[in-house]
Amino acid sequence: MKSLEELARIREQAKQNLQLRESRDGIKIVVGMGTCGIAAGARETMNAILDELIKRNLSQVIVTQTGCVGLCEQEPIIDVTLPDQPKVTYGKVSPDKARQIIANHVVNGNIIGEWVIRSDKQ
Amino acid sequence: MAFYRAHVLVCGGTPCELGGCRAVKDTLLEEVNRLGLSSEIRVLETGCLGPCDQGPVIIVYPEGIMYARLQPGDVKEIVEQHLLKGRVVNRLVYHEKKEEAKSVVTFESSDYFGLQERIVLRNCGRINPESIEEYIAHDGYRALGKCLTEMEPAAVVQVVKDSGLRGRGGAGFPTGLKWSFTAKTDSNQKYIVCNADEGEPGTFKDRLILEGDPHSIIEGMAIAGYAVGANKGYIYIRGEYKLSIERLQHAIRQARELGLLGTNIFGSDFAFDIEVRSGAGAYVCGEETALIESIEGSRGEPRYKPPFPGVSGIWGKPTVVNNVETLANIAPIILNGAAWFRGFGTEKCPGTKVFTMTGDINNEGLIEVPMGITLRQIVYGVGGGIPGGLGFKMAQTGGTSGGCLPKEFLDLPMDYDTLAEAGSALGSGALLIMDDSHCIVDIVRCFMKFFKHESCGKCTPCREGTTRLYELVTKITEGKATNEDIALLTELSRVMQTSALCGLGQAAPNPLVTCLKYFEEEFGAHLNGYCPTGVCTMPVANVKVG
Repeated sequence: MKSLEELARIREQAKQNLQLRESRDGIKIVVGMGTCGIAAGARETMNAILDELIKRNLSQVIVTQTGCVGLCEQEPIIDVTLPDQPKVTYGKVSPDKARQIIANHVVNGNIIGEWVIRSDKQ
Repeated sequence: MAFYRAHVLVCGGTPCELGGCRAVKDTLLEEVNRLGLSSEIRVLETGCLGPCDQGPVIIVYPEGIMYARLQPGDVKEIVEQHLLKGRVVNRLVYHEKKEEAKSVVTFESSDYFGLQERIVLRNCGRINPESIEEYIAHDGYRALGKCLTEMEPAAVVQVVKDSGLRGRGGAGFPTGLKWSFTAKTDSNQKYIVCNADEGEPGTFKDRLILEGDPHSIIEGMAIAGYAVGANKGYIYIRGEYKLSIERLQHAIRQARELGLLGTNIFGSDFAFDIEVRSGAGAYVCGEETALIESIEGSRGEPRYKPPFPGVSGIWGKPTVVNNVETLANIAPIILNGAAWFRGFGTEKCPGTKVFTMTGDINNEGLIEVPMGITLRQIVYGVGGGIPGGLGFKMAQTGGTSGGCLPKEFLDLPMDYDTLAEAGSALGSGALLIMDDSHCIVDIVRCFMKFFKHESCGKCTPCREGTTRLYELVTKITEGKATNEDIALLTELSRVMQTSALCGLGQAAPNPLVTCLKYFEEEFGAHLNGYCPTGVCTMPVANVKVG
């Protein structure tokens, strides 16, 4: 260890890997993982989301699952919540759609209106 | 870069290990693999989380849900329900043991954690102790860097002095002052020793700090070395603390690899290295001069003082001996300043204290609370009260060599000076709680048996005194003692307290003396051949009929 800068570099890198345990208010994606969701392909959707996040190096995004919300017909369902914005729910999210949602909504902040099934009023 | 959507932290402290956390972790890994989740879920081991009687404990992030008392058979349900489907398994969630128990408790939100203030345990249960990167992510080694690049050694000593930090090993000697003695002494070689020979029955805080956050000790020692001009450190640790030793050695290797130990640390001309020495489990080796004898390879017996180790320690060279918990406080003090540290605790005893709660209490385990908190807040707040609806009888503070305090002292602030006035000690932070089903004389007999066994035999007051104390107290429990025996006990205690060579003999009578004072009635009953709790077997001849 030669300098404080060197230490700071290691710290920043290590922090990224720990963000999951620290932040509670970042970008959040919730995947419906009830039996209906899994039957409709939620696992594949989840894998696509994780894969896309790795590719884009988006370690600050928190991905969790939830159970059936009652709209089994629309599964796989995912919720996307950006900081200080209302929750947006997408239905019938195929792996391919999931990748587009990350590119458009998570990265660029553009909600893909035609796939939205519900959006919280602000 | 690997991306995980969930981290599962398995508490790997020794109490959880005894509860079977390895099997839980293995089953977790198996189940995660079976369901093909291994690329999404990271399973890792961490240090002690505190609620030791609830082990094995795991925390699932990002939700921060804590599961307790897990058996390998429960793991499948957690993986299938929580990790796969996102449903919290309520049946297994940590419950606070209180009258109105809350459930679904996250790590930070329970009362048990709410009353705590974590400086020393800042990383315990939060990071993987075997990863230097995770320690660095939580500001690790920044304090060392700050000292070496921006501060003069004298300034470092001054900050520690100003912080008012007092030794957490038991005696409460001001740490900054201790450092200044060694810093002032001229010598071509000085040493830093970390006293991890935690032998007080019921104390296991140092063990869990070392298991949970070994790098905080390495950093504290290196800063101490820079402050006093020492380039070599020893960690003297109990041989039984296998996991602590492993973690320490692993941490030292990592620190060497990154150049945080070795020469030219942070580009300065400061060099420092650390060696781990394990003891053979003698209680007396926790005494600093006996510890030094043992490091030198001799039999662990205390030396005559003065000279004190600060001036003449290992191989006659100036040596600073600091407790594990003391050293864990150093880096946060350097980073945040003395005034910040004084914001916790009381004026004379700033900061926090780590306690290990054992005995008749709902939440047994490891806690860190501000100095000056009352015994009542610890027992009925953090501790969750006494199980089985029984009453509080007494608390022994400071381990076996500390005094016993009855319920009149429940509102006593817990700090060095107040407890010393009450005839007890804050000591190492062991807190033994007893309910009213126990006989005080019988308890004292157990304490005396311990000292009889652990006396090293070097000085007469201790060698003979501990044996006689045990014999006399045993006589009381057998209903054969008289008032003269009590007088003899009092006299003998006074002789030991004033003339024994080291802390062992001086402190051995403490529990007896306090109990004689605060539980006079119960001792009196035994002299009359009657044990109020029915614990001691009294001669039949003493039973009064009618």
